[in-house]
Amino acid sequence: MKPDKKVGIYGYGAYVPRYLIENSSIAGVWGKLATPIKSKSFPSIDEDSLTIAYEAARIAIESSKAPRDRIRAVFIGSESKPYAVKPSGTVLVDALGLSNKILSADFEFACKAGTEAIQAVSGLVASGMIDMGLAIGTDTSQGRPGDELEYTAAAGGAAFILSRVSEGVIAEIEASHSYVTDTPDFWRRSEEKYPRHLYRFTGEPAYFHHITSSVTQFMEEYGYKPSDFKYAIFHQPNAKFPQRVAKILGFTREQIMPGLLSPIIGNTYSGATLVGLSNVLDEAQPDDLILLGSFGSGAGSDTFVFRVTDLIEERRARPPLKSFLKRMVTRDYSTYVRYRGKIDM
Amino acid sequence: MTEISDWRKRIERYRFQGSECVKCGARYYPSRIKCIKCGSEEMRDVELPRRGRVVSYTVIYNPPKKFSKYAPYAVALIELVDGTRVLGQLTDVDFDKIRVGMEVEATFRKLYEYGEDGHIVYGTKFRPVVS
Repeated sequence: MKPDKKVGIYGYGAYVPRYLIENSSIAGVWGKLATPIKSKSFPSIDEDSLTIAYEAARIAIESSKAPRDRIRAVFIGSESKPYAVKPSGTVLVDALGLSNKILSADFEFACKAGTEAIQAVSGLVASGMIDMGLAIGTDTSQGRPGDELEYTAAAGGAAFILSRVSEGVIAEIEASHSYVTDTPDFWRRSEEKYPRHLYRFTGEPAYFHHITSSVTQFMEEYGYKPSDFKYAIFHQPNAKFPQRVAKILGFTREQIMPGLLSPIIGNTYSGATLVGLSNVLDEAQPDDLILLGSFGSGAGSDTFVFRVTDLIEERRARPPLKSFLKRMVTRDYSTYVRYRGKIDM
Repeated sequence: MTEISDWRKRIERYRFQGSECVKCGARYYPSRIKCIKCGSEEMRDVELPRRGRVVSYTVIYNPPKKFSKYAPYAVALIELVDGTRVLGQLTDVDFDKIRVGMEVEATFRKLYEYGEDGHIVYGTKFRPVVS
């Protein structure tokens, strides 16, 4: 997809909570031998997907000095909304001091709700309906105690302010593509606390099929090849899947490592590819080309290509993601279950 | 209805917005309708600086019921960079690392909830500066 009027990223910010639990700590409780990643982030007892969205959005606005009164859409992608019914965006509008003349909605598409939000804001900006909009991917994802997902389901988020390229952007969206099918690999029914999944089914017909289809169709349609890109970011439910899908598609380890954070912070769900993109933007140089391939169970994948511009240096996120990673501290399983509300009182 | 009272205070809690005396310049958080320094009732809203230093602190182990989920937690007297002194909860901090003079910044967190099925009240807390 290519809009008539070019759209890009005006500013960005990312946030990961302070707390970390090592997979060995979870494995010690449940007696599992293999662990999919080294550690994962989890939120403090007073954090949720909304406070994480706030942190990321505030950094995006303050680092880019985006005029708050010109931001006219706030779309939040998340599968861990604090309320089942009550929008998160309205709180953000008042907390960030944005204009109340604004469109706001919460998006859900498992782990790709954040990139969906980017697609939607991009369309509004390109059409001229709004000058600027905020697209956010944020989650404090859930894993049932002892389940495979408990080893990876993490917390974090990233926010992107989109505007027309003519406003001056740090990265232009050259094109995008979306691919979806009905593939029920992972789900959470209404009023259920924890999601369920179909084990290895989440790999081949879900994750790998959708990302390879989306990225391959995109490259065929717009004439890109893997060697065109300085960086590639793929959805990261664990450490292995993004490395394997990169290899299948012809990307190298050097291209994916700067955007691959799951081995340390886990799968931040709607935040995952966007936190990876933020980490890449923290080091990218003008004219670098970045490919992003998200994945959401159920299932679908969005592909984007961004070209970095000369404005990157003056609008990099402050603090950068690395500052949040550096302050992380390890906690044991008992603190983790208390902070995550896994103890029924 | 306390939920409605919380809603009325949302802007000052969300944005760390206090009040400033138009006559003598004294600043307050939470907001006051009358200056306790000069007695003036001419007050205006002001967004307070988000950074400051811990002047004194304590750790709460027996909190009011609405904060019990979060206990133990630290409460600090903080002097902001403009000299205004405010009381606030500290978060993302280990109690044995808190020091008088520690640099902190405002952050946005859950303050309390009206039970599992009630409102979640958000507002300002303070954490060690992330730079």
